[in-house]
Formats: sequence, structure tokens, C-alpha cells
Amino acid sequence: MTALQQTTEVVDPVPGADAPHLPDQPDLVQLLTPEGERVEHPDYALDISDEELCGLYRDLALVRRWDVEATALQRQGELGIWASLLGQEAAQVGAGRALVEGDMAFPTYREHGVAWTRGVDPLHVMSLFRGVDQGGWDPVATSFNLYTVVIGAQTLHATGYAMGLQRDGAENAALAFLGDGATSQGEVNEAMIWAATFAAPVVFFCQNNQYAISVPIERQSRVPLFQRAAGFGFPGVRVDGNDVLAVLAVTRAALAAAREGSGPTFIEAFTYRMGAHTTSDDPTRYRLASELEEWKLRDPVARLKAYLSRSGIADADFFASVDAEGDELAARIRKGTLEMTDPAGTEIFDHVFAEQTPELARQREEFVAYHASFEGGSQ
Amino acid sequence: MSTETLTIGKALNLGLRRAMEDDPKVVLMGEDIGKLGGVFRITDGLQKDFGEARVVDTPLAEAGILGTAVGLAMRGYRPVCEIQFDGFVFPAYNQIVTQVAKIHARSRGRLPMPIVIRIPFGGGIGAVEHHSESPEAYFAHTAGLKVVAVSTPADAYWGIQQAVAHPDPIVFLEPKRRYWEKGAVDTAATPEPLFGSRVVRGGDDVTVLAYGPMVKTALQAAEAAAEEGRSLEVIDLRTLSPLDLDPVVASVRRTGRCVVVHEAPVTLGLGAEIAARVTETCFHSLEAPVLRVGGYDTPYPPSKLEEDYLPDLDRVLDAVDRSLGF
Repeated sequence: MTALQQTTEVVDPVPGADAPHLPDQPDLVQLLTPEGERVEHPDYALDISDEELCGLYRDLALVRRWDVEATALQRQGELGIWASLLGQEAAQVGAGRALVEGDMAFPTYREHGVAWTRGVDPLHVMSLFRGVDQGGWDPVATSFNLYTVVIGAQTLHATGYAMGLQRDGAENAALAFLGDGATSQGEVNEAMIWAATFAAPVVFFCQNNQYAISVPIERQSRVPLFQRAAGFGFPGVRVDGNDVLAVLAVTRAALAAAREGSGPTFIEAFTYRMGAHTTSDDPTRYRLASELEEWKLRDPVARLKAYLSRSGIADADFFASVDAEGDELAARIRKGTLEMTDPAGTEIFDHVFAEQTPELARQREEFVAYHASFEGGSQ
Repeated sequence: MSTETLTIGKALNLGLRRAMEDDPKVVLMGEDIGKLGGVFRITDGLQKDFGEARVVDTPLAEAGILGTAVGLAMRGYRPVCEIQFDGFVFPAYNQIVTQVAKIHARSRGRLPMPIVIRIPFGGGIGAVEHHSESPEAYFAHTAGLKVVAVSTPADAYWGIQQAVAHPDPIVFLEPKRRYWEKGAVDTAATPEPLFGSRVVRGGDDVTVLAYGPMVKTALQAAEAAAEEGRSLEVIDLRTLSPLDLDPVVASVRRTGRCVVVHEAPVTLGLGAEIAARVTETCFHSLEAPVLRVGGYDTPYPPSKLEEDYLPDLDRVLDAVDRSLGF
């Protein structure tokens, strides 16, 4: 039985107060304890202003508010599905805010928090989950690739992109997102081999949220994931994924090393998917409620809030203003989602190729003629 | 005079060289393509002249080749990936089908994928398992990919350059058993369009369609048939996706008979699609059903049996006889 499966009696309503520290993880980088206490780490100093700290809190809170609204919209039938990031806000915001202009992020399908940090309009993510498109944002303009649904495939794209950065002499890096389950994929292992071999400026950012849908991490790996990096020949580091400050510091350091030509780093952000895999999932079938309760005490948003409050960096007015902004954001997301119109049917033909084929042009014409053949029909 | 006599292999080599000279964003990637020049020497000398950053000896991982090619394409490069043998494309199949083929549509055109996937395909070289396959139908069936097959040195020389310059992903099939066949290449000519089929021998009695290594077989069959007074029209399809059936339709409307030849298994192969389309467009001209000659529904056999598996002159003529017998 692992410590994660131990039950903890929760009596103290203060977030994190009674949380057991993560078991047997001497390597876990942490700059903010679950109780919201600022601690130092010998390898990862973080020089950060109060304003930046408040900015991170705002990111975390707004991303969570977006997530709550999206889950509600799915429940109301307005989205086909939603992949919640609940519990992973700090991992995503910390990683996203470590990127600089010219860096390129390669998300899975859950990186809404990273999308937020890249300035992607939440509605362009919502349109994907509503079924209007495959993601409405411009991956070039936002330096945020479209979501990749096939597990791990994007790690190779990030590595190839990094090889392009090398050839261009660009002082930038690629940030490849993946989950714990993805580390079992052959393509992910190939990506790490390539990145190591060519010293490509890419950072593998693995959110170990403990489950690949229902299957626990024990089924994916016999060793802590960050230790795998050693076998590929580059550094691996495990960071408290619910500590936005530690994630920011660790990812910044890894990206800086990559940009300087030191090659890849594997970051294991140790976190927890507090919600279901997606709105189609039922986590009560495979995990204990007590486990979730335990992780709630390490909540990434409450943790930073506790620190900001206790240290006097932010006051009640600040938190109230963020809450209000969150409600405005949620209202905008709701309104925008409900107002989305279905695309024209002919859209399916229009972007298959850069250079349309005669065959597809013919099929498009047939499609139009078929629909026009109905009374009042048009496409 | 700019006409040279070249093998298909050498024509590909020169075509790649010219493509690399024309565009500094062209990057070749593959196993053993650098120092060795590729197991078939198609990239011979290119790493020496263009450097290791542009002719990349990759780790031995086909998914890695295609997956990193996607990332390079996103960064503005034009990767040309060599798959060493047809049977080794399958580790890369996921990247080709779920990523390379879909990213243009997924991104509504914001992320073009100008990737060429070179595959030496087909049998007849006495090889061990996985070195003689004809996987073209898998790729022709996949939306978002274009598939071409060359059969002559001139098409090899021009086709590879056209494919590299093309904005969409192309599976570029090279007839490996014909790599050493020679032909004239006019390096100053205006090339024919990449996505067009071509009548390579005129005739009146039966239309025979082939591509890649089977074009030569079809031409040999036409030669033999002529000795018996039968006139076969041979068409080199050249492009498998999109298909260019206009010359085929024009031919079949004249001959009323059509035989499709490929090495790949007949069941659900390219011939099936062609037969359906020819039937749809030439129904009233057909004197016989469209017949197919191809591999059997068996795994590609050990080399001592491959002559039993592969279509040859006699099997093509047998189909021609059956067509004329209707």
C-alpha cells in the first residue's frame, strides 16, 4: 500500500493544514508548502515580485473558473465533452509562465492553463470541445500548438521543432507536455532519444496526475518517472506540481538550459487530477474518495492564496476583484459558447490540402448539389 | 545537350541534389542515409556536400523520423524522409496517418505539412520478410495524403523535385527492383505534372493500367501481345492519390476493356477503386468487366516463392485473354 492510498482524517478546514507531506520523495522540489509557507531550495531560487505573485494567483483562479464553467456547460449539453484540469492549475500556469517569446508549446488536450498563459482565447478552446472545429486558435501566432489527442505524439513534434530552432540559430526552446500514461508510449521514448542525441532545445514537461484515465502510475513505471531521464542521458527533476512557484522556477531553469545548448530536461510535475479524466469518466470506479480528500489539502490555488494572505502581499479586495473577474470571464465564455454557430458543411472539404485535388473538388460540388436538391436546402 | 542516361536510382540522387540546391529548407532524414548514402545509395554523396544538418543520419526509429519531420515542417522546413524498406513504414504509420495527414485540416491550413515520405516498395529482389511490400493502398485510403509512384528515370528525377516543392505531404513510392533500370533524362526539359497519368504505349484492344515496377511488366506484356496481333494500350498511372483517370476513361471508352495490374494484394487494392470508377464512368462502353491482376491475399512469401506471387507477363496476358473472351 502506498502512502497515497492511506486515509487521512480531515478535521481542519484550513487548506493543507493537516496534509501529510508527500511520502518518500526527497527529490521533490518545493518552494511553497501545502500550508502556503515559502521555503527555499538550494538549486532553484526564484526572484519574483509581489505583482508577479498576484499575477500567478489571478492565472490560477481564472483558469479554474473557466474549467468550472466548461464542466457546467458540458453537463448542460453545450459541449460534447470537457477534459478538466482541476488540480493541475499550478503545473500548467507555472510551466506556461516560464515560456518566453519565441518558445513553442506542444500541449496534449488538457493544457487549458497553458493556453491561457499564451493568450489563447478560451473560446477557441471551447469551440473544439463543442465540436465546431479542432481548435480555433492560430498555433503560429500564439506559439501554442493545437491540441494533440493521440497520446504522446506531440513530444516528437516538439523535438523536431526544437531541431528546427537549432538549425535557425534561434535562442528559444520547445516545451512538450505529456502525462504519466504517455511515458509508456514508444513515440515518447523515441522523442527522448532524439532530443538527447541531438541535444535538441526541448523540455519534456510531464504532469504525473497519478492516473491514465483509470490506470494508476504503478502500471506505467517501476521507477519514479523523473529517474527515467538518466537512462536517456539528460537531467530529470521532480517538482511539486501543485506549487506554482516551484514549477515556474524549475521550468525556467530547464528552458534556459535548453536555449543555451545544454539539451533537454525531463520535468515530472507531481500532481493530481482532482476531477474526472473527462466528463465522460467516472473516477469513483477506480479510486477512493479519501485519496481525493487528501489531495484537496494540497490544492494549488488555495496554497498560493494562503501564502499571499498570510504574507500580506494581497488583501481581501484583491481576492474579491479576482473572483469578480472570474465571474465576468465565465459569463463571457458561456455567452460565447452558446453563440457559436455550426460551420458550413462544405468546410470539411476546404482544408484537407494546401492544393485541392480535383477529386475533392468534385466531392465538394456533389455535396453542395445534393443539399441544394432539397427544397430550401443550401450549404 | 542536357540529356543523360541515368538509372532510376541515380536520377533520384540527382533530383534530390537539385531540390536541396533550390531550397535551403530541404532536410533529408533517414536511417543510414548519410555516410553510407542509404542502403540503395539514393542519397550517395549528399551528406558530404550538404552537411550533417541537412542530411541527417537518424536514430533507428521510424516514428521518430516522421514525428520530428512534423515538428521541422512546423518550423518551416521541408523534410524528405527515407523509409529504408516498405515493411518498415509501419512503426511510423501512426505519425503518418494521425498527424502528417491531418494537421493541415486540423489547423485549417495554418500548419502546412510539406513532407515527402520516400519508400522503396515492391518485391522481386530476393529479400527476406518485410523488404518486398506494397503498402500504397493504406496511404491512398488516408485523407490528407497524396501518393505517387515513379517508373522511369525521368519521372524519378523530376518527380522527386516536384514532390519536395509541393505544399502537401506526399508518399513517394520508388520501384526498388527497377532502381538500376536506365533511361534518358532531359534535365532541361519542362517536366510533366506530378499528378497526372500517362499513356506510355498506344493500343486499341485492351487498356492495361500499371504503376511503379509493374509498368515495365505491362509494357513487356504489350510487346508479347503485339506478336499475337493484339494491341494493348498501356497507361502508367503515376499518381495513386489523387487518381488521374481522365486518360484511362478516354482509353477505355475506345477499347471497352480494362486490366489493372499491381503487386499489392487484389482485395481492396488500388485496382478495386479503379474498377469501380471505370465502371461508373465507362459503363456503356465496357465489353468486359474490369479485371485485376495482383498479389494474393497472403503475406508476401519467402523469396523462392515470390515469382509465384508477383504478377508477371504471363499473368497479365492471361487477364487480357479473359477480358477479350467476354
